[in-house]
Amino acid sequence: MDRYKEWDQKTNEKIKKSPERKKTFRNHSGIDVKRLYTPQDNSGMDYERDLGYPGEFPFTRGVQPTMYRGRYWTMRQYAGFGTARESNERYRFLISQGQKGLSVAFDLPTQLGYDSDDPLAEGEVGKVGVAVDSLQDMEVLFDGIDLASISTSMTINASAFVIFGMYLALARKRGISFEKLNGTIQNDILKEYIARGTYIFPPRASMRLITDIFSYCSEQVPNWNTISISGYHIREAGSTAVQEVAFTLADAVAYVESAVKAGLSVDSIAPRLSFFFNAHNDFFEEVAKFRAARRMWARIMKERFKAEDPRSWALRFHTQTAGSTLIAQQKDNNIIRVTLQALAAVLGGTQSLHTNSRDEALSLPTEHSVKIALRTQQIIADESGVCDTVDPLGGSYYVESLTEKIEHEAAAYLNKIDSMGGMLRAIEEGYVQREIQDSAYDFQRSIESGDRAIVGLNTHFEKEDAPADLLKVDPAVEGYQKKNLTELKNGRDNVKAAEALEKVRQAALGEANIMPAVVDAALAYVTLGEICHSLRKEWGEYQERVVL
Amino acid sequence: MDKKMIRVCVAKPGLDGHDRGAKVLARALKDAGMEVIYTGIRQTPEQVAETCIQEDVNCLLLSLLSGAHNHLFPKITALLSEKGRKDILVLGGGVIPEEDDEFLMKSGIKRVFHTGATTDEIVAYIREQIPS
Repeated sequence: MDRYKEWDQKTNEKIKKSPERKKTFRNHSGIDVKRLYTPQDNSGMDYERDLGYPGEFPFTRGVQPTMYRGRYWTMRQYAGFGTARESNERYRFLISQGQKGLSVAFDLPTQLGYDSDDPLAEGEVGKVGVAVDSLQDMEVLFDGIDLASISTSMTINASAFVIFGMYLALARKRGISFEKLNGTIQNDILKEYIARGTYIFPPRASMRLITDIFSYCSEQVPNWNTISISGYHIREAGSTAVQEVAFTLADAVAYVESAVKAGLSVDSIAPRLSFFFNAHNDFFEEVAKFRAARRMWARIMKERFKAEDPRSWALRFHTQTAGSTLIAQQKDNNIIRVTLQALAAVLGGTQSLHTNSRDEALSLPTEHSVKIALRTQQIIADESGVCDTVDPLGGSYYVESLTEKIEHEAAAYLNKIDSMGGMLRAIEEGYVQREIQDSAYDFQRSIESGDRAIVGLNTHFEKEDAPADLLKVDPAVEGYQKKNLTELKNGRDNVKAAEALEKVRQAALGEANIMPAVVDAALAYVTLGEICHSLRKEWGEYQERVVL
Repeated sequence: MDKKMIRVCVAKPGLDGHDRGAKVLARALKDAGMEVIYTGIRQTPEQVAETCIQEDVNCLLLSLLSGAHNHLFPKITALLSEKGRKDILVLGGGVIPEEDDEFLMKSGIKRVFHTGATTDEIVAYIREQIPS
């Protein structure tokens, strides 16, 4: 009999007397976690084939050969609120604290293509991000910030073509060549239909806008990440880690297919695709998830899409720690949660990272809380030593076994989605949403039943006063934005603006790429709402299929 | 005698798309034997009030995470009382600072459930307020 079996039997005898804490141990994805992992658990693994070397196919161990020995990940805190002026101040503060990239949060009206004076925007202006109505706001937002030396990530999806158009217009006004621009637009509409909810147009029109951006950037803005295919929000909506990988890659497959259908070559667009994942609580599951996602994507790109450029195979990703794991009770404990999640992202090989602030279960974070979150990353980078070698957990029997398990289960989802006729169909039928909702419901039940312990919530609780020092957005923002808009519309050349808007509409109705017309419209100070309103009339709006 | 079924509307007013909590709660209320109407996201106050009246609910749960609650919740309660349905039990939830509770309660929100509230707690509260 082999030694492992012998040991296992002996231990099973022992636990009859002193049982383990639980009968079964399961991670978030429902994968059973064994008592012990040994080389036997990796017996199907071939080192060269399945792990290989960092910077090489299948990129399991990382996308660069030196990883954090070369340079750290980009520390990028998502921020934005109120007016462009207030947000600009926060950005300058973050840059002064050592942050290397900006990450812009827009308010909901901006994300949905409404100007601040739209009746539907009432009460929402400047609340969850900065309000941007026109190029004028963009000018203030990046005042004193050099677009050629900073990388800017913008969380903008349905209205990405307009906001990105304004960013390009700003660069043009400042005389900066588009080749010098670095950054990312989220531009991932499929996950909006699935999980995040800021969609405007129906799928066909939305996919066309996305391929227009892919195509435009491949020629004009070569260093721009044209999309950030996001599992983050899918996970926040309640999915498991396996579902996060599966649905994100299924979205990615749909984007590549749509670009190929539009006549673009895989290798002309794939190197600029980027990804965005969540870092949740289950430490090893998360590390394995990132590694599995990288390996799967490399194989999909090479085998399914026949991409030849190694840059097309490499899955580069941003990570944000999981907002949904933050607890309002004893909020300072969130700092520790964020630390563990951030460490998982680093050990998973992330290219950039946002760490949440301790007070985000209650409101937008204060400057002090944001600073602690940023320092958390700096401590991991400078003090922990985890950056000194590439993929330090590679070769762990447990992590390799989990990596393989997650890949296997996520691949089963991908096959299922293919058999349904692709991701768009799976979304339209509500399949993806239902899978996520089931997981979210199970998760909540497991907390309420006490199966899943959350410190401060269902265990180790204490009485505490309502937290003080929360950030409040000044309600005057709305009036300020409205006044600016009126002045803008009175002050600009309205004939020119109307002509530019009409050109956008014509481009939308025709076959030509819409981006040049959008950049021109931004330069003519046509507003976001004017452009989106005009296209809503042509394309209609997406109607959600409510599934419970 | 048949017990009268509690009819609940779970609504997402405003532009906020975070509907995980609303959907989990809707399902928990259903499992608890209530009849549940879920509006879906991005509802105007007028749409929410209309749904409540059309569906003749006795309870309305408003979920909002965007910070626009002080603006949107009172609009909805005002519309309901305008239409003579002040009797509907209106509850709020989402990311709402406790310091806003007083204002919201004065505006006709019976109670606000904060981050960390359980579905069991909410079910029990509704049952206590609406005896069947």
